Amino acid sequence: MRYALMVMALGVAVDATADTPKPAVVIADPAGRCVAPNDVMRRTHMDMLKHQRDRTVRQGIRGEKASLGACVDCHASKTTNSVLGAEGFCQSCHSYAAVKPDCFDCHSAKARRKDVMAGGERP
Amino acid sequence: MSIDGSRRAFIGASAGALAGLLIAPGVRLVELASARPDGESAPSSVRWGMLIDTTRCADGCDDCVKACDSENALGSSIESRQRPQWIRKIDIKDVRTGRQHSLPMMCQHCANPPCVDVCPTGASFKRADGIVLVDRHSCIGCRYCMMACPYKARSFVHEVLVDQNSEVPRGKGCVEGCTLCVHRVDKGQAPACADACSKNSRGAILFGNLNDPDSEISRRIRTVATTQVRADLRLDPGVRYQGL
Amino acid sequence: MAADRFPRLEQRYFWLLVAISASAIAIGLGAAHVMEVNGHAVTGMSNQIVWGMPHVFAIFMIVTASGVLNVASIGSVFGKPIYKARAPLSGLLSLALLAGGLMVLMLDLGRPDRVIVAATHYNFKSIFAWNVFLYTGLFAVVGIYLWMLMERRMNRHAKVAGLIAFVWRFALTTGTGSIFGFLVARQAYQSAVLAPMFIVMSFAWGLAVFLIVQSSMYAWNRIELDPAIQRRMARLLGLFVVAVLYFVAVHHLTNLYFARQLPFERFILLDGGAYTVVFWVGYVLAGTAVPLALLFSGSEGGARSVTLAALLVVAGAFSLLYVFIIGGQAFPLDIFPGYATSSSFFDGAIDQYTPSLPEILLGLGGLGFAFLATTIGVRVLHFMPEDDFGSVRPLGPASSAGTRTQ
Repeated sequence: MRYALMVMALGVAVDATADTPKPAVVIADPAGRCVAPNDVMRRTHMDMLKHQRDRTVRQGIRGEKASLGACVDCHASKTTNSVLGAEGFCQSCHSYAAVKPDCFDCHSAKARRKDVMAGGERP
Repeated sequence: MSIDGSRRAFIGASAGALAGLLIAPGVRLVELASARPDGESAPSSVRWGMLIDTTRCADGCDDCVKACDSENALGSSIESRQRPQWIRKIDIKDVRTGRQHSLPMMCQHCANPPCVDVCPTGASFKRADGIVLVDRHSCIGCRYCMMACPYKARSFVHEVLVDQNSEVPRGKGCVEGCTLCVHRVDKGQAPACADACSKNSRGAILFGNLNDPDSEISRRIRTVATTQVRADLRLDPGVRYQGL
Repeated sequence: MAADRFPRLEQRYFWLLVAISASAIAIGLGAAHVMEVNGHAVTGMSNQIVWGMPHVFAIFMIVTASGVLNVASIGSVFGKPIYKARAPLSGLLSLALLAGGLMVLMLDLGRPDRVIVAATHYNFKSIFAWNVFLYTGLFAVVGIYLWMLMERRMNRHAKVAGLIAFVWRFALTTGTGSIFGFLVARQAYQSAVLAPMFIVMSFAWGLAVFLIVQSSMYAWNRIELDPAIQRRMARLLGLFVVAVLYFVAVHHLTNLYFARQLPFERFILLDGGAYTVVFWVGYVLAGTAVPLALLFSGSEGGARSVTLAALLVVAGAFSLLYVFIIGGQAFPLDIFPGYATSSSFFDGAIDQYTPSLPEILLGLGGLGFAFLATTIGVRVLHFMPEDDFGSVRPLGPASSAGTRTQ
């Protein structure tokens, strides 16, 4: 198991947070299958998703490298099947950084069941 | 992406009618009904549309509505005035002659959509292949498009939503409407309503490419009389009705 | 300097007014928060009546914001001295009402948190997008105009600035009317007459609001307006009220001429239940006939009856907008002309709308904002209309004791 200390990547002072628990995110599937190295993902995941979302919604381009659905499929917690919640991959870190992700007002935070996922699984 | 079952069914349905074309133009037929390759944008050479045969649409049958609700996870518990409906069955009766029809009504995917004209942020837009969508990332929920739509085809999400379908993001405070099941169309499948209607063997909803002269929908609208709803507005809807 | 225009006694009134309007704002913001947390499910709006009570308030304030500037225009552009003295107050009211109206409009959005998107993404085909320019532009134009008016060294530019403001607000009200005028599908709207109708409505409502504010300010300061000025402004208001009635009549009469519009006209004018009552009693009787009688009656009822007439014109404005906006949407779309329709989505049915508390409180919050901005502006800066000394006569302290604040 590999633990990701998002804190450092986000440039937040590590020791300045007595009352906020540090996000200790368990990556459910740690086989190094992410679309980019960890430090790239930590810094640029929001930009990757933003550009992809506009191409997908507006131009109809599917199967892009970055995909919120694919993020959730890999990173949803094994116990809750979600990226939200106190231990959730997205929420724990975003709470720590005090950045509100808008995504899950509309997007599902749950991993898709394997049989629903279309053939296009990322390697 | 691999070919899946419903796509085969879709091809199969059209293949019979087009058996004579299978040798050479058949290649193109497969193209139309197959998933678009990764990284390719929606082609402007295609215009998706539907033909609804009201003579085959049964009074009281709402299989298309149910299929839409479950495909797009539209379930809601709030009062019916505020509940979103992407497709609905309308019963109409000619006030002079008494002639009655029952038919599904949804976003007509106009070529000249008023919702797109009035949207202040450009959130309402028409995709290259003719599908009219709301980009929820820039929709501010002003509801001007709902004022402008002549078909009452759009709904406003009045409540906080949970348990959305992964492929159909939707949420409180945005306007939404029929997407022509764009997530299915991009995989080479027909919209859920059309699928459900052919599964119950009524086949009142035919989905296809209006720009392809050889598609079944193009052949049908060429040979039978069809109607555009509110044709007087000259919006050129992509959904046509037969038997009205 | 301006502050000591208020005698000691009025200082308490000032803080009372600030407290009242600040509470109205706080309650309005609370209502908006409830709508934001729960979604529009807590409102009476639906998929058919998509614009409800907040829009009645917002459009009243935005239209009035444009019209109240008329007073300044008559002074600056047409050079009438008694209106010139009132130009600063007119500009202040315009800014205050516009801000109040926009506050309501923004907080009623489905995603008010994203309002910045309206400033970063433009669809230039949309009247709404033009209005974003016209509204923000009016702030700038009126702001500069006020500066030219109140800074002595800049006075010589006041006429040009006034002319720009005059043109700008015409464009703005045309834009507001066109929001409805360009809707191809709704029976209630889609008419070219709506743009001029909104302009004339802005004249009447703006002058009515101006007269209410002016009479309150004079009463607190225990001075009496020159009856000649009073008469002139009252007559002008009467003229505008008649003009609005004319446009409303033309709008309905043209509709009555088109056979396809008859069911809609029948709904509004005859059997629309609450909408019919609000139209005839609220707008025609209380909002038009009674004020006209008050304004043009030979007895010259004086300040009180002019203020009452102005208040009734405002009440009539709300009635007219309620029928126009909400009644217009309650009537079903004619998707299949010639057919009777029914569905689970209320096709062919009159929508049953009841305004909910949060909607009304949000609207009142916007009015509160306009009120607070005016009160503070008047107190801090020199906005009191000052005519020549000969025409301002001090009153005894007793005579204003019963005057209520509006």
